[in-house]
Amino acid sequence: MSMAGAGSASPQQGAQWGLWKRQVAGLLRMEVGKYLFSKRAFVLYFLAFLPIFLFVLWALQPLFQNEMPGIGEGGRFYAGMYQTLMLRLVIFFGCIITFTNLFRGELLDHTLHYYFLCPIRREVLVAGKFIAGQIACWIVFSASVAISFFLAYFPYGQQGIEFFTQGPGLGHLLAYIGVIILACAGYGAVFLLVGLLGRNPILPAAAVFLWETINPFLPALLQKISVIHYLDSLCPVRLTGGNFRIVTDPAPAWLSVPGLIVMMLIVLGLAALKLRRTEISYGGD
Amino acid sequence: MIDSRSIVFANVSKFYREVLGVNRVDLEIPPGITGLVGPNGSGKSTLMNLMTGLLQPTQGEIRLKGYEPAQSEKVFRMLGYCTQYDSFPSGATGYRFIHSFLRVHGFTRSEAETMAWEALGKVGLQDAADRRIAGYSKGMRQRIKLGQAIAHNPQILILDEPLNGLDPMARAEVIDLFRELATQEKHVIVSSHILHELDLIADRVVMLTSGYVVAEGEIHGVREEMREVPMQIAVRCSDPSLLASRIFLEDHAVEARLHEDGLGMHLRTRDSDKFFLLMNKIVAEDGMEVESVAPADDDVHSVYQLLIGNDGGTAS
Repeated sequence: MSMAGAGSASPQQGAQWGLWKRQVAGLLRMEVGKYLFSKRAFVLYFLAFLPIFLFVLWALQPLFQNEMPGIGEGGRFYAGMYQTLMLRLVIFFGCIITFTNLFRGELLDHTLHYYFLCPIRREVLVAGKFIAGQIACWIVFSASVAISFFLAYFPYGQQGIEFFTQGPGLGHLLAYIGVIILACAGYGAVFLLVGLLGRNPILPAAAVFLWETINPFLPALLQKISVIHYLDSLCPVRLTGGNFRIVTDPAPAWLSVPGLIVMMLIVLGLAALKLRRTEISYGGD
Repeated sequence: MIDSRSIVFANVSKFYREVLGVNRVDLEIPPGITGLVGPNGSGKSTLMNLMTGLLQPTQGEIRLKGYEPAQSEKVFRMLGYCTQYDSFPSGATGYRFIHSFLRVHGFTRSEAETMAWEALGKVGLQDAADRRIAGYSKGMRQRIKLGQAIAHNPQILILDEPLNGLDPMARAEVIDLFRELATQEKHVIVSSHILHELDLIADRVVMLTSGYVVAEGEIHGVREEMREVPMQIAVRCSDPSLLASRIFLEDHAVEARLHEDGLGMHLRTRDSDKFFLLMNKIVAEDGMEVESVAPADDDVHSVYQLLIGNDGGTAS
């Protein structure tokens, strides 16, 4: 064994932004694969498969029934499934699994110290791991949305193809995927912070779940203090039905999109502050 | 005035709620190899984790070459820490493990590649670089951790039980590596429960028990400071009986044991200076021939036993 050179090595000097970009790129290389292929990712795939399974059954309907509901009805069925199953369950729980474990998972695996021993600002570490989690969730959930959307219109044959080529189909699909991206950003930031705050994230996550679930039944003002209100507002097909639901005006896109992004940035800032004060003691001396 | 070459602890305490980690530690560690010695729970790992900012002190200040541990962007360019934790990112190969964290340091792909292979070479794992760490032996895992800690060529290297699990050959190579680092004016801080090895490599020691630093400094100096504890000296000479009879005429002698071959003795004295004067006198007046004289209890193991009272071989 030999040791050459007496001085500590430093990466190529450059602007601070350049260094941060390289560090985030290094994190992404390492993390995205981990979130997509680790044992914890199986839950993500299971959740993403649920709507696909449902719409496979939907697509097989013509085999068992003579009459399909109209294409407009099909679109509303997809919208209903999207807003209840996809947003409120699949994305929500997918974000819990992924983002509460961004740092907590490393702590449980006794590997967080490797990150803390790198010359990287904790803010950059939060950003890098958050973006890696986002990319993993976007890939899995966007694929799930796209596949289930195509399956929803598959039984309509030529009419379904025209809905994509000449109608608003492609726009709807892009809007649904855009909402998924914003949902992952909003819920991801919240659950990243939740994962840093306590030993057990289940209780705070359950509280957020309860709040988001009862949201449509809350007074209009309280509905606005949630992620789901803004996500619902951005969906291309708006649902208004449901017993006891208090119908409010949807938030305009110019408010919803920047509002969710600002909320995400504030929550990530809080997470970075928390991480700066985080100590590592896996137990034992 | 804080020395910008040293690692400095100023009145540092760390409590885990009501449990004491370390208490009122004042230390200045210069470049070279420093051994941390103490039994389980004595605070060695706490001290190392405080140095590296993984823990924050409840009170007091720590400076590494003038920087606070919280200044991560500065500190971790010059610091490498090989922890006691035997855990690795899941699925990583030896090469990927080192390369990935070099990228997080901000090195370019090609820089990281060169440095990763260099580090793997230093710890003798180039052949196993593409194998998953999960399939490594304990010794290999220890070496890959060491490789990761030295990959960015740090000025300060902190090593928690780095010799654990290494076979004698690897142990000797790692010790050589530490020595080489120390000659480059680097800090190498090592905790080890193998005290005789620490004795061979450490320039100085810090002894801890129950969260307190009980002794620190160059090991012979530490022993000399313990004046109330009689010093043991081994003498090989032509007439040990004469020497024994004469020292018991003086008030500083505590014990003398003749060697079975009749050509030496072990003695304990409260005043080594007086003993050496007496011995010189006997040599001059009685013509006694002296083959060797050496302190017999100023190695790490003996000082550890005297101060901490445990079996040095099992301390950690």
